Amino acid sequence: MLGKLTLDAIPLHEPIIMGTLAVVALLGAALLGAITYFGKWKYLWSEWLTSVDHKRIGVMYIILALVMLLRGFADAIMMRAQQAMAANDAAGYLPPHHYDQIFTAHGVIMIFFVATPLILGLMNVIVPLQIGARDVAFPFLNQLSFWLSAVGAVLVMMSMFVGDFAATGWVAYPPLSELGYSPTVGVDYYIWSLQISGLGTLLTGINLVVTILRMRAPGMDLMKMPVFTWTALITNILIIAVFPVLTATLALLTADRYLGMHFFTNEAGGNAMMYINLIWVWGHPEVYILILPCFGAFSEIIAAFSGKPLFGYTSMVYATSSIGVLSFFVWLHHFFTMGSGANVNAFFGIMTSIISIPTGVKLFNWLFTMFRGRIRYHSATLWTVGFMVSFAIGGMTGVLLAVPGADFVLHNSLFLVAHFHNVIIGGVLFGCLAAISFWFPKVFGFTLDEFWGKVSFWCWQIGFYLAFMPLYVLGFDGMTRRMNHYSNPDWHPWLVVALCGAVVIGAGIVAMFIQFAVSIRHRHAHRDLSGDPWNGRSLEWATSSPAPFYNFAHIPQITSLEQHWEDKVTGRAYSQPDRYEDIHMPRNTGAGFIISMLSLVLCFALVWHIWPLTSASLVAVIVAFLARTYDRDVDYIVPAAEVARIERERYARLWTSVSSLELHPHRAEKAA
Amino acid sequence: MSDFLARHVRKAMQGIADPMRPRLGGLARLLSLGSTSLLAGCHLALFDPKGDIGMQERHLIVLSLGIMLAVVIPVIVLTLFFFWRYRATNTKATYAPEWAHSTRIEVVVWTIPCVIVAFLAVLIWRSTHSLDPYRPLASDVPSVRVQVVALNWKWLFIYPDYGIATVNELVIPARTPIDFELTADSIMNSFFIPRLGSQVYAMAGMQTQLHLVADQPGTYLGQSSAYSGSGFSDMHFQARAIGDADFRQWIEQAKASPLKLSRDAYRSLAEPSHGYEPTEYAAVDPGLFQTVLNQYMPAPKDGQFCGPALPGLRAQASWATAKPVNE
Repeated sequence: MLGKLTLDAIPLHEPIIMGTLAVVALLGAALLGAITYFGKWKYLWSEWLTSVDHKRIGVMYIILALVMLLRGFADAIMMRAQQAMAANDAAGYLPPHHYDQIFTAHGVIMIFFVATPLILGLMNVIVPLQIGARDVAFPFLNQLSFWLSAVGAVLVMMSMFVGDFAATGWVAYPPLSELGYSPTVGVDYYIWSLQISGLGTLLTGINLVVTILRMRAPGMDLMKMPVFTWTALITNILIIAVFPVLTATLALLTADRYLGMHFFTNEAGGNAMMYINLIWVWGHPEVYILILPCFGAFSEIIAAFSGKPLFGYTSMVYATSSIGVLSFFVWLHHFFTMGSGANVNAFFGIMTSIISIPTGVKLFNWLFTMFRGRIRYHSATLWTVGFMVSFAIGGMTGVLLAVPGADFVLHNSLFLVAHFHNVIIGGVLFGCLAAISFWFPKVFGFTLDEFWGKVSFWCWQIGFYLAFMPLYVLGFDGMTRRMNHYSNPDWHPWLVVALCGAVVIGAGIVAMFIQFAVSIRHRHAHRDLSGDPWNGRSLEWATSSPAPFYNFAHIPQITSLEQHWEDKVTGRAYSQPDRYEDIHMPRNTGAGFIISMLSLVLCFALVWHIWPLTSASLVAVIVAFLARTYDRDVDYIVPAAEVARIERERYARLWTSVSSLELHPHRAEKAA
Repeated sequence: MSDFLARHVRKAMQGIADPMRPRLGGLARLLSLGSTSLLAGCHLALFDPKGDIGMQERHLIVLSLGIMLAVVIPVIVLTLFFFWRYRATNTKATYAPEWAHSTRIEVVVWTIPCVIVAFLAVLIWRSTHSLDPYRPLASDVPSVRVQVVALNWKWLFIYPDYGIATVNELVIPARTPIDFELTADSIMNSFFIPRLGSQVYAMAGMQTQLHLVADQPGTYLGQSSAYSGSGFSDMHFQARAIGDADFRQWIEQAKASPLKLSRDAYRSLAEPSHGYEPTEYAAVDPGLFQTVLNQYMPAPKDGQFCGPALPGLRAQASWATAKPVNE
């Protein structure tokens, strides 16, 4: 009846896990209690859980990412502590079975449930605003995507307390991930959490591509599209192209584990090399999926804060597109040491180094955007410059790894670990944090506290170098990754330094949360009345902060790449329209949430082989989905009078604000 | 001190003058020399290699880094300089609020990375071929064959020409090319002796090759560098490179070992274990490596494999009931 699930699945003998469970339970109870105490259940349900507003969904993605960042970081600090203790083959405090789950979970969480939701969240919030759309193309699908991603995260968290997680490394190479060598439910949790969140990501990819291609404001041809939207377009095309590969690969592994098949086993003609190729056919474009929107965000930030248009917009578009294409021709560089011939290795090595051309061009373009600008030192610009420096280093070490002869000694070493943290922290994470501080007022109507933002930046910056530069050195000293303990005493001091770096990064994370708390507390002082706190250039700064739920009362006519800047210069900005029209909007629905929660039950049942529950929940998912498709009440009309009321209030705020001076074109002219 | 530097510069020169290696331009040569001398003092495994392959790889790393640093350092310096120079409070700096395009600069910023990558592409093509792990090493001395089997979680080294084998201890003659043939019993591993150079995966049912040489006697750490399960961290061994005479003597000693490696003995050795003590075996079953390699082949219908006929190592349908190896 309960499949493989018994009481033994709860690791009562593991004090670390049980302690965590106690804390999570307490915090959860406190949260639920608070919601009940303040009577916020209805608000939570009707304004957030059932929302189809792209901005709210984007915010929920980012909240999910920040919560999972805490878990991923807890894993990181446990690993660093273990390695700082386990010199000379000492046991440390984590036995291999626990340690191996931690590094697997760390990788999975940071990629799938921190970086990916951050990127999806940002694109969700910004893309419709930048192209002058009222929402995404398929608002309900967007909601479903988010909740499916959240289900994936919940499954990973559950695995800690009920059963175990994969102990295979984050890409779960067979034969280790096959039933024979990983007989527990760990890999099954891995498979289903990635399948369900991957489905969400794929749906978002389709949604945003359609949104960008079909819903741009009139006049916005592709070469008038803001650069962030361009990067979002390429990223979502990549998502559509490669996420099905991940789904198929995991499905084959599932067939091996559940149906006794032999796609990747040692036996019966299975071949693990096929899995390794397939997973990286997805895996390499995946890192570009993460980094491209960050490139876009940096481009927007650097232009806005330098008071200049982005240098070489056309170059930037072509660079982004060519990175998108090239990312499909490099996957083999993840396993030069598998014994492919020299021609194959050389081809993939050269293709990989070719990617550094468009990437290098981007760096130069940011450089020349700053050139002869008037750069304001805001935390967003600090993140950008921190990124440019660390990405130059991370890019260089990446190209070094692309040289097969060098990779033969650096493969799977801590040098590699240092490299990808260098580009993922220094690129993706810095990018998302920069983007959050840049676009936060657009969503919430007030700017973030600068003091704590800068504290967070410096902690991250210093912590990052302290934590990862020693890993480069260790890689040069032949230390391989994923070691629970090690015999070489020379490695120990460097690992202690790396632990200190991780602690400093932890301080950066704490500072970030303090920043949010302080900003919310002082929100009235930091209110953004103009809707354009940074003297911005693209369309999202033309509407109010926070943006109204319909984004734009009138869909703007586009005549320029930097529409809002142009309007400010020509004095067309902020002219109050005489009349308003009815606005057609999607209606909130609980369907996405309900279908996802049923999918959670389905995945849980699949993980534990609880077949009756599997069938029941599968039927329930299908029925819920069908019910939604027959629901005809999916939209409503906002009357013109209501729009007029909201807009009147907005303009009243605008003109009475002390900063209204800044809205007027003469500021831009004076600057010119 | 000057003596020390001179020695390393000389070594670097020898490395570069070697016709086997890609020929380098004057600038690259200078870069390589400079960085090699800078790094000469440190004793990191990859910068203090003890074999020719490792040496070449060190040069390759230093040279590639040198070429790239020639752009990366100026970019970082310019980034910080522009960020400082064009700060909003510096009203003396030129401000060009409309300026966003310059064909001349565009050409330059596309050309610089293209040139660097063109350099690298040539370097990659040549070095990948000369450092191909499958490529036998040229030498006057006949090479020694070692068959490597990655077990859970220990390394088995079979010396087919001497009928001996070792576990978690690799003994090789110095200055003699070693031809490794590698496979795994079940889980994938990567065979890596950092001070000697390249690593290659060891995968079940498949054979890979690796050619290495130790230029001087010494004891070097060897390890698995592909995570393979709970005993992975204990999969390290000492690779001892010794003189020729010592090697011959060691072989005799191993041949006298009371432990024999029959198929049955292999079967119990292959049982998962952590931190296996270094062991020497005599009388190794001559077909053992091939048998391990072919163990996953389905049982032949007419008694014949496509390849050499070998009785299966595993009980016939063992793959259908693969048993868990977790502790």
